[in-house]
Amino acid sequence: MSRRRCNEPFFWSLFSSGGMISALILPGLVFFLWIATPLGWWQSPSYADLVMLLENPLLRAGLFIVISLSAVHWGHRFRFTLYDGLQLSHLYGLIATVCYGGAALIVCIAAYVLWSFA
Amino acid sequence: MNPDYKLYHPKWYRRRIPIFWWLQRLAYTKFIFRELTSLGVLYAAILILVQVWALSQGEAFYERWLAWLSWRPVLALHALVFLALIFHLVTWFSLAPKAMVVRLGSWRVPDRVLLLAHYLAWLGATALVFWGLKGR
Repeated sequence: MSRRRCNEPFFWSLFSSGGMISALILPGLVFFLWIATPLGWWQSPSYADLVMLLENPLLRAGLFIVISLSAVHWGHRFRFTLYDGLQLSHLYGLIATVCYGGAALIVCIAAYVLWSFA
Repeated sequence: MNPDYKLYHPKWYRRRIPIFWWLQRLAYTKFIFRELTSLGVLYAAILILVQVWALSQGEAFYERWLAWLSWRPVLALHALVFLALIFHLVTWFSLAPKAMVVRLGSWRVPDRVLLLAHYLAWLGATALVFWGLKGR
């Protein structure tokens, strides 16, 4: 067995939590907020309803977790999509930097937007 | 003469793989589409942030955001994102029993039960989103 230190399990565990949480939460959110609401298919929330929801810090913390894990899920999965799908294994370092860097950027923006919501 | 120079130096044999290799078989195409669902996940995560930001800009701005959301091309894009997320959900749940083995005592929970548990959890989460977001 190789005893080389490897960061793969770390990224994989974040990737898989992100895959699970995005599968559970995002389809419903996308459907109700961005399909059913503009089409008037249900009793959609008003501006005041949504602001009241977001004033709850626990809900904002929950959203932060959903967004961050989803971003990391994308970063990890898309990295390998580029390697395999487009045969870009020779750009190993660049692709890893762009994917994990992009995910890290989204985590920072999410922290800022959700923290400063008032 | 340069000693490194060889007229017939050996070259590796490498089969060229076309960039659309994954269109050759349905299973490969499904694999690539499954992997590409991560773009839908990313888009939805970013859109949540944009929605929160739009809400923080006041009610007039939020009305403009709603107008953008009901623009047909945007609706079509969001329908596509929704389909990608459903594909993500189905493929993710069907992999889950392979990734985790759950034992209760000496009884190994069968894959079908695990799969059912995942779909029930999804229904529960979606019901929470529904009741949480429903207009008062």
